[in-house]
Amino acid sequence: MKIYGVAILAACYLVGQFIGDWFGRVFEMSGNLGGVGFAMILLILLNDYLNKKKLLVPETEQGILFWSSMYIPVIVAMSATQNVKAALTGGWVALIVAITATSVCFLLIPLIAKINRIKN
Amino acid sequence: MQNIINILDKNGLIFAFLVVGVIMYLSFLIGKKVTNNKIPAAAIAISFGLFIAYFGKGEKGIASIPAFSGMALLGGSMLRDFSIVSTAMGASFSEIKKAGLAGVISIVLGIVIAFFVGGVIAYFMGFTDAKSLTTIGAGACTFIVGPVTGAAVGASSEVIAISIAIGVIKSVFVTIATPIIASKIQLNNPHTAMVYGGMLSTTSGVSAGLAATDMKLVPYGALTATFSTGMGCLLCPSILYYIVQQFI
Repeated sequence: MKIYGVAILAACYLVGQFIGDWFGRVFEMSGNLGGVGFAMILLILLNDYLNKKKLLVPETEQGILFWSSMYIPVIVAMSATQNVKAALTGGWVALIVAITATSVCFLLIPLIAKINRIKN
Repeated sequence: MQNIINILDKNGLIFAFLVVGVIMYLSFLIGKKVTNNKIPAAAIAISFGLFIAYFGKGEKGIASIPAFSGMALLGGSMLRDFSIVSTAMGASFSEIKKAGLAGVISIVLGIVIAFFVGGVIAYFMGFTDAKSLTTIGAGACTFIVGPVTGAAVGASSEVIAISIAIGVIKSVFVTIATPIIASKIQLNNPHTAMVYGGMLSTTSGVSAGLAATDMKLVPYGALTATFSTGMGCLLCPSILYYIVQQFI
């Protein structure tokens, strides 16, 4: 049943939120510290484990994959509900940050790609 | 007319599905016919979203118009984080081992470098509070990491919108630049494709960029990019936010 997949996803999400919230309180910082990231790691681990045990039937997987195909539409809805009018003044910041940060990452690719080759 | 608006008001979330569905359809159409698939439809659709947000009044973008209030639910933090977590299905630790040390380094470094370069530029362009700097730095990772981080640390809607815009520009830039500079960065083998995906993090841009370079490399780059996005959602609102707070 697809709902099993949705339930697995929900469990990972909630545990992730709980861990993120717990870290937030431990480090006395406002908000949820990396809850989404923890949930993703949990889902990857669970997915690997269930696949190894051959417990993840395609039908269950479909329940999770449906939501992963919804993520761009959800991001579109989120974009449409932001304070874009006020953000327009930051348009130049967006352009400069995006191009500069991305260019630096591009330049480092050949250097990092060498790491394994040297070892080998 | 009033009847129709009443029905839309009452069924906000359902109407939002329709609206977003139409936006996605139009974006794919534009992506295919106008840009010949050179710009990812996802980036066009998100730009479309930011564009219609402009017609709302104030803080909540288009959701400030009652008929569109469901957009705030569909795009709210709960469904957003839920659907983002589900994308981790595209990643696997047994697969990532194949990327080796270089792959793992690229996943972490891609986030840390984009974050600090973005944050430092934002600082010199007039943003001075830790929440905004962290959110803008996270936006320099991807258009997902930006809003996830912004919501987690409690940044303003305006700054979150900027972080989405940064991520979208990055996605488009990566898509266009990849086929042009592929030979210069020796992007012609699975190993480099994995490092490339990790360094650039933006799954949509990486997938579209690799598709325009060499179809066979797409799964390699998409895998590390997905990991990198997850790593961004983990590091930006936690350790990296903490570090920013120490400086500000």
